[in-house]
Amino acid sequence: MSETRVQSAVRADGELLARCRAGDQDAWTELVERYSRYVYAICTRGFRLNDEDAEDVFQDVFTRVYTRLDTLRDPAAFRPWIAQLTRRRCLDTLSATKQEVAAEHEEAEESAELAEVEEAYAVREALATLSDMCQDILDRFFTRDQSYKTIGEELDIPSGTIASRIARCLGRLRSELEGRNEPSEGSGG
Amino acid sequence: MTRLYEEERLGLLLRILRPAPAGWVQAAQELPAARRVLDEIVARAEADRAFRAALLADLEQALASEGFEPDRRTLDEIRERLRPS
Repeated sequence: MSETRVQSAVRADGELLARCRAGDQDAWTELVERYSRYVYAICTRGFRLNDEDAEDVFQDVFTRVYTRLDTLRDPAAFRPWIAQLTRRRCLDTLSATKQEVAAEHEEAEESAELAEVEEAYAVREALATLSDMCQDILDRFFTRDQSYKTIGEELDIPSGTIASRIARCLGRLRSELEGRNEPSEGSGG
Repeated sequence: MTRLYEEERLGLLLRILRPAPAGWVQAAQELPAARRVLDEIVARAEADRAFRAALLADLEQALASEGFEPDRRTLDEIRERLRPS
Protein backbone atom coordinates (compact mmCIF):
# COMPACT_ATOMS: atom_id res chain seq x y z
CA MET A 1 0.00 0.00 0.00
CA SER A 2 1.46 3.36 -0.98
CA GLU A 3 2.22 6.01 1.62
CA THR A 4 -0.16 8.40 -0.10
CA ARG A 5 -3.08 6.02 0.29
CA VAL A 6 -2.34 5.46 3.98
CA GLN A 7 -2.08 9.18 4.63
CA SER A 8 -5.30 9.77 2.76
CA ALA A 9 -7.14 7.12 4.78
CA VAL A 10 -5.82 8.53 8.06
CA ARG A 11 -6.87 12.04 7.07
CA ALA A 12 -10.34 10.77 6.16
CA ASP A 13 -10.59 9.00 9.52
CA GLY A 14 -9.42 12.13 11.34
CA GLU A 15 -12.03 14.29 9.66
CA LEU A 16 -14.77 11.76 10.31
CA LEU A 17 -13.82 11.35 13.97
CA ALA A 18 -13.78 15.12 14.50
CA ARG A 19 -17.23 15.43 12.96
CA CYS A 20 -18.51 12.49 15.02
CA ARG A 21 -17.24 14.13 18.20
CA ALA A 22 -19.14 17.27 17.21
CA GLY A 23 -22.34 15.22 17.09
CA ASP A 24 -22.64 15.00 13.30
CA GLN A 25 -25.00 12.06 12.62
CA ASP A 26 -23.98 11.88 8.95
CA ALA A 27 -20.36 11.45 9.97
CA TRP A 28 -21.24 8.63 12.34
CA THR A 29 -23.28 6.96 9.60
CA GLU A 30 -20.26 7.20 7.30
CA LEU A 31 -17.83 5.92 9.94
CA VAL A 32 -20.00 2.86 10.53
CA GLU A 33 -20.30 2.30 6.79
CA ARG A 34 -16.54 2.66 6.38
CA TYR A 35 -15.66 0.07 9.03
CA SER A 36 -18.65 -2.27 9.04
CA ARG A 37 -17.19 -4.72 6.51
CA TYR A 38 -13.88 -4.81 8.35
CA VAL A 39 -15.42 -5.51 11.76
CA TYR A 40 -17.75 -8.07 10.21
CA ALA A 41 -14.86 -9.85 8.47
CA ILE A 42 -12.82 -10.07 11.67
CA CYS A 43 -15.80 -11.63 13.45
CA THR A 44 -16.87 -14.06 10.79
CA ARG A 45 -13.69 -14.86 8.89
CA GLY A 46 -11.02 -14.19 11.49
CA PHE A 47 -12.81 -15.93 14.36
CA ARG A 48 -15.59 -17.79 12.57
CA LEU A 49 -18.26 -16.58 14.99
CA ASN A 50 -21.80 -17.64 14.27
CA ASP A 51 -24.28 -14.97 13.19
CA GLU A 52 -25.70 -14.39 16.65
CA ASP A 53 -22.33 -13.97 18.33
CA ALA A 54 -20.99 -11.92 15.43
CA GLU A 55 -23.92 -9.53 15.68
CA ASP A 56 -23.39 -9.09 19.41
CA VAL A 57 -19.71 -8.33 18.90
CA PHE A 58 -20.45 -6.06 15.93
CA GLN A 59 -22.93 -3.93 17.90
CA ASP A 60 -20.79 -3.89 21.00
CA VAL A 61 -17.74 -2.72 19.07
CA PHE A 62 -19.61 0.20 17.53
CA THR A 63 -21.21 1.06 20.88
CA ARG A 64 -17.76 1.20 22.47
CA VAL A 65 -16.43 3.29 19.61
CA TYR A 66 -19.34 5.71 19.99
CA THR A 67 -19.05 6.03 23.75
CA ARG A 68 -15.28 6.51 23.57
CA LEU A 69 -15.11 8.96 20.69
CA ASP A 70 -13.71 11.63 22.97
CA THR A 71 -10.72 9.48 23.86
CA LEU A 72 -9.72 8.87 20.25
CA ARG A 73 -7.34 11.68 19.41
CA ASP A 74 -4.94 10.06 16.97
CA PRO A 75 -6.67 9.21 13.69
CA ALA A 76 -3.78 6.96 12.69
CA ALA A 77 -4.56 4.79 15.71
CA PHE A 78 -8.22 4.36 14.87
CA ARG A 79 -8.09 1.33 12.59
CA PRO A 80 -5.65 -0.63 14.77
CA TRP A 81 -7.79 0.29 17.76
CA ILE A 82 -11.08 -0.88 16.27
CA ALA A 83 -9.37 -4.05 15.04
CA GLN A 84 -7.93 -4.77 18.48
CA LEU A 85 -11.26 -4.04 20.12
CA THR A 86 -13.02 -6.42 17.74
CA ARG A 87 -10.46 -9.18 18.22
CA ARG A 88 -10.68 -8.86 22.01
CA ARG A 89 -14.49 -9.03 21.95
CA CYS A 90 -14.36 -12.06 19.67
CA LEU A 91 -11.98 -13.78 22.09
CA ASP A 92 -14.24 -12.89 25.03
CA THR A 93 -17.18 -14.40 23.19
CA LEU A 94 -15.30 -17.58 22.39
CA SER A 95 -13.95 -17.91 25.91
CA ALA A 96 -17.47 -17.58 27.30
CA THR A 97 -18.59 -20.56 25.31
CA LYS A 98 -15.60 -22.76 24.49
CA GLN A 99 -12.53 -22.33 26.66
CA GLU A 100 -10.33 -24.58 24.59
CA VAL A 101 -11.17 -22.84 21.34
CA ALA A 102 -10.47 -19.48 22.92
CA ALA A 103 -7.04 -20.62 24.00
CA GLU A 104 -6.23 -21.73 20.49
CA HIS A 105 -7.35 -18.39 19.09
CA GLU A 106 -5.44 -16.43 21.70
CA GLU A 107 -2.24 -18.16 20.68
CA ALA A 108 -3.00 -17.54 17.05
CA GLU A 109 -4.37 -14.03 17.30
CA GLU A 110 -2.33 -13.16 14.25
CA SER A 111 -3.78 -16.09 12.33
CA ALA A 112 -3.66 -16.49 8.60
CA GLU A 113 -7.33 -15.54 8.40
CA LEU A 114 -6.77 -12.30 10.30
CA ALA A 115 -3.76 -11.51 8.15
CA GLU A 116 -5.94 -11.96 5.10
CA VAL A 117 -8.55 -9.60 6.51
CA GLU A 118 -5.81 -6.97 6.88
CA GLU A 119 -4.64 -7.59 3.33
CA ALA A 120 -8.23 -7.40 2.13
CA TYR A 121 -8.59 -4.02 3.84
CA ALA A 122 -5.56 -2.72 1.97
CA VAL A 123 -7.11 -3.94 -1.28
CA ARG A 124 -10.37 -2.22 -0.34
CA GLU A 125 -8.51 1.06 0.24
CA ALA A 126 -6.86 0.71 -3.16
CA LEU A 127 -10.24 0.00 -4.70
CA ALA A 128 -11.48 3.33 -3.32
CA THR A 129 -8.98 5.14 -5.52
CA LEU A 130 -10.46 3.74 -8.75
CA SER A 131 -13.35 5.20 -10.74
CA ASP A 132 -16.85 4.92 -9.32
CA MET A 133 -17.70 2.48 -12.13
CA CYS A 134 -14.78 0.20 -11.29
CA GLN A 135 -15.59 0.28 -7.58
CA ASP A 136 -19.21 -0.49 -8.27
CA ILE A 137 -18.68 -3.27 -10.78
CA LEU A 138 -16.00 -5.06 -8.72
CA ASP A 139 -18.04 -4.75 -5.55
CA ARG A 140 -21.16 -6.08 -7.22
CA PHE A 141 -19.34 -9.02 -8.77
CA PHE A 142 -17.01 -10.06 -5.96
CA THR A 143 -18.76 -9.14 -2.71
CA ARG A 144 -22.43 -9.10 -3.67
CA ASP A 145 -22.20 -12.12 -5.98
CA GLN A 146 -24.24 -10.45 -8.70
CA SER A 147 -24.37 -12.12 -12.10
CA TYR A 148 -23.21 -10.44 -15.31
CA LYS A 149 -26.88 -10.16 -16.25
CA THR A 150 -27.86 -8.39 -13.03
CA ILE A 151 -24.87 -6.06 -13.16
CA GLY A 152 -25.63 -5.23 -16.77
CA GLU A 153 -29.27 -4.49 -16.04
CA GLU A 154 -28.64 -2.44 -12.93
CA LEU A 155 -25.81 -0.40 -14.41
CA ASP A 156 -27.45 -0.20 -17.81
CA ILE A 157 -24.47 -1.59 -19.70
CA PRO A 158 -24.37 -4.58 -22.06
CA SER A 159 -23.91 -7.77 -20.05
CA GLY A 160 -21.56 -9.05 -22.75
CA THR A 161 -19.04 -6.38 -21.75
CA ILE A 162 -19.08 -7.09 -18.03
CA ALA A 163 -16.31 -9.70 -18.03
CA SER A 164 -13.94 -7.44 -19.93
CA ARG A 165 -14.78 -4.49 -17.68
CA ILE A 166 -14.09 -6.59 -14.59
CA ALA A 167 -10.76 -7.67 -16.06
CA ARG A 168 -9.80 -4.07 -16.84
CA CYS A 169 -10.81 -2.88 -13.38
CA LEU A 170 -8.87 -5.70 -11.73
CA GLY A 171 -5.86 -4.69 -13.80
CA ARG A 172 -6.16 -1.13 -12.56
CA LEU A 173 -6.58 -2.31 -9.00
CA ARG A 174 -3.49 -4.44 -9.37
CA SER A 175 -1.54 -1.48 -10.75
CA GLU A 176 -2.66 0.67 -7.84
CA LEU A 177 -1.57 -1.94 -5.33
CA GLU A 178 1.73 -2.54 -7.00
CA GLY A 179 2.40 1.17 -7.22
CA ARG A 180 2.78 1.25 -10.96
CA ASN A 181 1.91 4.26 -13.05
CA GLU A 182 -0.43 3.16 -15.76
CA PRO A 183 -2.60 5.21 -18.10
CA SER A 184 -5.70 6.67 -16.50
CA GLU A 185 -8.98 4.83 -16.77
CA GLY A 186 -10.58 6.67 -19.63
CA SER A 187 -14.07 5.54 -20.52
CA GLY A 188 -13.58 1.80 -20.33
CA GLY A 189 -14.27 1.38 -16.59
CA MET B 1 6.66 -2.43 -0.09
CA THR B 2 5.34 -3.41 -3.48
CA ARG B 3 3.61 -6.74 -3.58
CA LEU B 4 2.60 -8.67 -6.65
CA TYR B 5 -1.05 -9.53 -6.98
CA GLU B 6 -2.47 -12.10 -9.32
CA GLU B 7 -5.95 -11.18 -10.41
CA GLU B 8 -7.37 -14.39 -9.01
CA ARG B 9 -5.93 -13.50 -5.61
CA LEU B 10 -7.33 -9.99 -5.88
CA GLY B 11 -10.75 -11.50 -6.43
CA LEU B 12 -10.35 -13.66 -3.33
CA LEU B 13 -9.28 -10.68 -1.23
CA LEU B 14 -12.17 -8.57 -2.50
CA ARG B 15 -14.59 -11.30 -1.46
CA ILE B 16 -13.33 -11.19 2.15
CA LEU B 17 -14.77 -7.76 2.91
CA ARG B 18 -18.39 -8.52 2.17
CA PRO B 19 -21.10 -6.15 3.34
CA ALA B 20 -22.29 -6.76 6.89
CA PRO B 21 -26.01 -7.53 7.12
CA ALA B 22 -27.94 -4.33 6.42
CA GLY B 23 -29.88 -4.52 9.68
CA TRP B 24 -26.68 -4.67 11.73
CA VAL B 25 -25.23 -1.66 9.95
CA GLN B 26 -28.45 0.30 10.35
CA ALA B 27 -28.65 -0.49 14.07
CA ALA B 28 -25.07 0.69 14.55
CA GLN B 29 -25.76 3.84 12.56
CA GLU B 30 -28.77 4.57 14.77
CA LEU B 31 -26.71 4.30 17.95
CA PRO B 32 -26.69 8.06 18.67
CA ALA B 33 -30.51 8.14 18.74
CA ALA B 34 -30.65 4.96 20.83
CA ARG B 35 -28.17 6.44 23.30
CA ARG B 36 -30.26 9.59 23.62
CA VAL B 37 -33.33 7.48 24.47
CA LEU B 38 -31.31 5.50 26.98
CA ASP B 39 -29.95 8.63 28.66
CA GLU B 40 -33.43 10.14 28.76
CA ILE B 41 -34.90 7.05 30.41
CA VAL B 42 -32.14 6.77 32.98
CA ALA B 43 -32.30 10.49 33.81
CA ARG B 44 -36.05 10.27 34.29
CA ALA B 45 -35.69 7.18 36.47
CA GLU B 46 -33.21 9.05 38.66
CA ALA B 47 -35.65 11.94 39.07
CA ASP B 48 -38.92 10.00 39.34
CA ARG B 49 -39.12 7.27 41.99
CA ALA B 50 -42.41 5.88 40.71
CA PHE B 51 -41.02 5.57 37.20
CA ARG B 52 -37.89 3.89 38.52
CA ALA B 53 -39.98 1.43 40.54
CA ALA B 54 -42.07 0.63 37.47
CA LEU B 55 -38.92 0.05 35.44
CA LEU B 56 -37.47 -2.24 38.06
CA ALA B 57 -40.71 -4.19 38.31
CA ASP B 58 -41.15 -4.79 34.58
CA LEU B 59 -38.76 -2.89 32.38
CA GLU B 60 -40.20 -3.74 28.98
CA GLN B 61 -43.80 -3.14 30.04
CA ALA B 62 -42.96 0.16 31.73
CA LEU B 63 -41.09 1.41 28.69
CA ALA B 64 -43.78 0.24 26.28
CA SER B 65 -46.42 2.10 28.25
CA GLU B 66 -44.31 5.26 27.86
CA GLY B 67 -43.94 4.74 24.13
CA PHE B 68 -40.36 3.46 24.19
CA GLU B 69 -39.41 0.31 22.32
CA PRO B 70 -35.68 -0.10 22.84
CA ASP B 71 -33.78 -3.06 21.40
CA ARG B 72 -32.36 -5.85 23.57
CA ARG B 73 -28.96 -4.24 23.98
CA THR B 74 -30.47 -0.97 25.11
CA LEU B 75 -32.70 -2.86 27.55
CA ASP B 76 -29.67 -4.66 28.96
CA GLU B 77 -27.83 -1.39 29.42
CA ILE B 78 -30.81 0.27 31.12
CA ARG B 79 -30.98 -2.68 33.53
CA GLU B 80 -27.28 -2.30 34.21
CA ARG B 81 -27.53 1.43 34.82
CA LEU B 82 -30.57 1.07 37.08
CA ARG B 83 -28.84 -1.53 39.19
CA PRO B 84 -27.96 -0.13 42.64
CA SER B 85 -24.23 0.53 42.86
